[in-house]
Amino acid sequence: MARVVVDVMLKPEILDPQGRAVQGALGRLGLTGVQDVRQGKQFIIDIEGTLEGDRYDLMHKLAEELLSNPVIENYSMRVVDDEQ
Amino acid sequence: MIPRVGVVTFPGSLDDRDAARAVRIAGGEAVALWHGDDDLMNVDAVVLPGGFSYGDYLRCGAIARFAPVMHALVDAAKGGLPVLGICNGFQILCESHLLPGALTRNDSLHFICRDQRLRIENADSMWTSDFEAGQEIVIPLKNGEGGFVADEKTLDMLEGEGRVIARYLEINPNGSRRDIAGIRNARGNVVGLMPHPEHAVETLCGPTEDGLPFFTSVLNSLVGAL
Repeated sequence: MARVVVDVMLKPEILDPQGRAVQGALGRLGLTGVQDVRQGKQFIIDIEGTLEGDRYDLMHKLAEELLSNPVIENYSMRVVDDEQ
Repeated sequence: MIPRVGVVTFPGSLDDRDAARAVRIAGGEAVALWHGDDDLMNVDAVVLPGGFSYGDYLRCGAIARFAPVMHALVDAAKGGLPVLGICNGFQILCESHLLPGALTRNDSLHFICRDQRLRIENADSMWTSDFEAGQEIVIPLKNGEGGFVADEKTLDMLEGEGRVIARYLEINPNGSRRDIAGIRNARGNVVGLMPHPEHAVETLCGPTEDGLPFFTSVLNSLVGAL
């Protein structure tokens, strides 16, 4: 079993109104000094066998084309627990 | 002959009935298309209606983009088939890369529903040819993720090539860059619009009839070509 973790974040230049709302709430709840909050998504994908070769390449492609929108988002992908 | 305009229904589409009705009021024949079919039924044009396809899960339009009907539609649009994406349809066109940019969460974080004044900036597309450039209209707007974004280079290109077809007037309801409400592709057959012309085709149940020319435009363009 392989576990793939894909993190998707809005690009730095894209306004993140949700992050801004969270930033305001943190301040109202007493946390001082918050300079910026960005909100993103994490996908945890459990997949049979090991992830290599064509399947690894396809996972990367789908992380870019389905899980994220390259116009506004960056993604990072890592494989964990590959041996279990 | 009467042009046939397909209206696609996805799971979660809301405005497909109104879009079909607008097509009929404009003088066309509305043809129901189903997301799971890869057959466009030989229609002469297609409307991707508003709503919440696939519950807006993942991103608005992100899953609809991979529906079987979209495989056929993307190829046909690249070949010149007129396609109008309204609201969620606009989001689907951007996710499909038929139009540049993306639609993001309104900067206010509020869902906005209002009668919105727009200026038609470009009357050269197949969906805006019955307007005059510079004409002001009022049609309903209702969205939660309607903020149009693209990088500066893309925005400059859209402006420079006359591909901004409509702009918000009076207020910018959702934080769209450069007040952009709608754009078209280079060829002018594909148009994406965040406000809803299909809800403004008769005064009984709409604020104006200002939405009707979007539909008569494509019908007149088609009658000229057919």
